[in-house]
Amino acid sequence: MIAAILSLTILGAALGLILGIAGRFLAVESNPFVDEVEALLPGTNCGQCGFPGCSGAAAAIAAGSAPASCCPPGGKTTAVAIAEKMGLALDLAAVADTGPKLATIAEDLCIGCCRCIKNCPTDAILGAPKQIHNVLKEACTGCSACIDHCPTEALVMQPVPITLQHWVMPKPLAA
Amino acid sequence: MSELILLLISTALVNNVVLIKFLGLCPSMGVSKSMDSALGMGMATTFVITLAAGASWMLEHWLLVPYELGFLRILTFILVIAAVVQFTEMFVKKTSPGLYRSLGIYLPLITTNCAVLGVALLNVQQGFSFFKSLAYGFGSALGFTLVLMIFAGLRERIALARVPVAFNGTPIAFITISLLALAFMGFSGLNI
Repeated sequence: MIAAILSLTILGAALGLILGIAGRFLAVESNPFVDEVEALLPGTNCGQCGFPGCSGAAAAIAAGSAPASCCPPGGKTTAVAIAEKMGLALDLAAVADTGPKLATIAEDLCIGCCRCIKNCPTDAILGAPKQIHNVLKEACTGCSACIDHCPTEALVMQPVPITLQHWVMPKPLAA
Repeated sequence: MSELILLLISTALVNNVVLIKFLGLCPSMGVSKSMDSALGMGMATTFVITLAAGASWMLEHWLLVPYELGFLRILTFILVIAAVVQFTEMFVKKTSPGLYRSLGIYLPLITTNCAVLGVALLNVQQGFSFFKSLAYGFGSALGFTLVLMIFAGLRERIALARVPVAFNGTPIAFITISLLALAFMGFSGLNI
């Protein structure tokens, strides 16, 4: 019994020591900014920035090879948040600020083909074959991945309608 | 020497670990969608099985038998296998981030790959010498990699073929691997 306890303890300690030393030698230096920037991006991997997914874009931004404004669905708010995090100068003119836009489906044009549903990275489109689809506004991130897949052009990006829930009084003009 | 080569061939083909002994089926179903990740998984598993076979021989002959601790066999083997897998994971993460990403969850899951523990236990059961254990482990891993590669190649072709709707996806993969197992039974007639 003592031999069993002793041998297992020594074995575990020895393996732990070896792994600890190996961890020192094989450590991968990762940039902590990459994870933080990736958390700010939409995370839908829509590919509009030209990088392989949001993690690729985050790595490029952290390395300085992409501007903070490279995420089209993120728009102005995401660009400002990233620029603040990275301490970058932001050229706001480069961001086409049309305000947040979400996908909407024109009911009279939708034929219920389900093609947009398969291409939505956030599962924001609801529908069944030969039934009119609908976009869940709470889930849509406005990446516009679905737009090109609609055969009848029923899907369009439209500005978010202002409702009482998120209307904010405009700031007074500076004197 | 010829004995070792014979053992290598017989474990890789005649007593194939996946198709004849039915060990390690989860990774062979899970990581066989593309040739690249199949090769990566095969190489990582080869590394782990060979190292684990050697380490388990040392444990068996220098610790478990002299101190009569045979009841701790599975526990200690799993401990060593887990450590080797952890080391492999660090190594792959350092040397090839792309492979690390494509293997995903299956890399740490090599720990629970029954082929690894199975080979270590079969080594003990058959009372092999150290070098024979290594050859047996390496041969089994070679057979595992071979099957994974063949199966991934078949699945890549099946993905392009028109499969009846009822068989589409996983069912046709199961049918394919069972036909592959039938084909590998032909090796049991091999006279070497």
